[in-house]
Amino acid sequence: MRSETKNLFKGLGFISPWLIGFSAFTLLPISLSLYYSFCNYPLIQKPVFVGLANYRGLMHDSIFWTANYNTFIYAILALPAGLFIALALALFLNVRIRGQAIYRTLIFLPSLIPAVASAMLWLWLFNSKLGLVNFVLRGLGMKDPPGWLTDVRWALPSLVIISFWGVGNTVIIFLAGLQDVPSELFEAADLDGASKLQTLRHVTLPSISPVIFFNLIMGIIGTLQVFVLPFIMTQGGPGRATYLYTEYMYDNAFGYLKMGYCSAMAWLQLLVVLALTGIAFWSSRRWVHYQDR
Amino acid sequence: MPLTRQIERRVIVAPDEAPIARLDVIAHGATSGRRTRPSFKLFTHFVLISTCLLAVVPFAWMVSTSLKTAENSILYPPQILPKPVVPRNYWDVISGEKTSFLLWTRNSTIVALLTVAGTTLSSAVVAYGFAKIPFRGRGALFGIMLATMMIPFPVTMVPLFSIFRWLGSVTGIAWLGTFKPLWVPAWFGSAFSIFLLRQFFMTIPKELSEAARIDGCGEIGILFLVVLPLARPALAVVALFSFMAVWNDFLAPLVYLQRPEQFTLALGLQNFQSQMGGTPWHLLMAASVLVILPVIGLFFLAQKTFIAGITTTGIKG
Repeated sequence: MRSETKNLFKGLGFISPWLIGFSAFTLLPISLSLYYSFCNYPLIQKPVFVGLANYRGLMHDSIFWTANYNTFIYAILALPAGLFIALALALFLNVRIRGQAIYRTLIFLPSLIPAVASAMLWLWLFNSKLGLVNFVLRGLGMKDPPGWLTDVRWALPSLVIISFWGVGNTVIIFLAGLQDVPSELFEAADLDGASKLQTLRHVTLPSISPVIFFNLIMGIIGTLQVFVLPFIMTQGGPGRATYLYTEYMYDNAFGYLKMGYCSAMAWLQLLVVLALTGIAFWSSRRWVHYQDR
Repeated sequence: MPLTRQIERRVIVAPDEAPIARLDVIAHGATSGRRTRPSFKLFTHFVLISTCLLAVVPFAWMVSTSLKTAENSILYPPQILPKPVVPRNYWDVISGEKTSFLLWTRNSTIVALLTVAGTTLSSAVVAYGFAKIPFRGRGALFGIMLATMMIPFPVTMVPLFSIFRWLGSVTGIAWLGTFKPLWVPAWFGSAFSIFLLRQFFMTIPKELSEAARIDGCGEIGILFLVVLPLARPALAVVALFSFMAVWNDFLAPLVYLQRPEQFTLALGLQNFQSQMGGTPWHLLMAASVLVILPVIGLFFLAQKTFIAGITTTGIKG
């Protein structure tokens, strides 16, 4: 056998577990999901083709738009600020001071814990009468601290705050990126008399732009799919204030047994994620600089 | 922009100016890297200490609450330190009638072990194919694999549910309501792990595999005798991260598991909270601490592996 063909067989052989798994657990489900999105599928019966009925139904579904709105607001609140906080912390953690390792460890710890445990903890912390947060706020002089998870105006922001608490793994990625910047660049900036701010703007940020880009993509995908914390803590309440997209999908599929409807929602979300990622990629040509090694 | 260009030009274009530059650096009293004034260092300490407090106080509060009596846990103003200290809460959580805490721990452990073993083994084999065997279409298939990492679980969750249900009816062996949907797919490779291992395998010099080949080793032999032993740090990262993913997973068990006895710890903790009438915070915090402990413990045992794993994906990603 020619070595090329031999290699083809060998190669496909080695990756065959992934090929099989991909076909069975990714390709097949995605195709089925697309098909279901055009069907009425109450699970107990077989799917029945109904064309665009699900999609049309979604357009007129006020809960759909509420879930969309909530998810969008959550993403807008959580993502830019989260990236900013993570980057700022990484910059501070990169300064050569004593205790660096301890600071890094402590800041990273919250991002490790299972979401369920985090949910329980913050349910307790945000308890409006007995919780630690309001105790501190009242101690600082606030007469009427927010009701947090029970207050329609503060429920979503509470979730955003919790997301900031878990920003540690993003910080670590930024930190690694910062450490990868060749020190000659900083030395040269020093020699040119650049101030800290100038160095930041003209050397640091462009150098770590690939890492910023990576965290941006991960952040877009992540914030649009938030599920566990609102599901456990507020079940979408109070009054649908924290009813996010993924929970509505879950309720449709396993609550109302409208699997076709859920699949349509899933595909719409996939398209949105693809579109946003595409925009990010397209814009990346302007501001992401890869260092050629 | 102009400043960066200047800098790059100075560093890259005129390397022979380097010695003079260094003298300049010494003359300016700067250390290699950036000079950091003591006032800025102080400010940095202040910022970091405040942030660390915000990060750690919730944990401390959780532990504190978990050691209080039922009445003391709901005192207002809150009792900072528990008095009396009640470690018995932990025993009550583990042995309580309304919970199956030990059972859930056992379930999580079983699923975790099966998943970690499957992920590590299958991803290593697949990564070897992507890294070491040149074949037509390899790049395209690798790209497709990377793209699958971006697919949200909700897109596939409904069809997967159907598929597993169908598998159960066709083979006569139940899939839904067992652990199988949770760990069987792991034995077909995980895109994230394959990616990580492939990047690592590519750094292993060709000469080593060629030497083994001359000695009569087949590809599988090379994989197990040459590549894998060298790849222990990367394999550790894969094992660690897949363990974390399984231990913390909530949505997949929620979809596939049906009876409380089957629940993993993540589901169990939520079930615990909903079963207890009137939210006994001291018990709930104790249960949460128990759920967190393995993860935190694992982190402190394997810190370097953790950080290495995250940074590799972030940078090479």
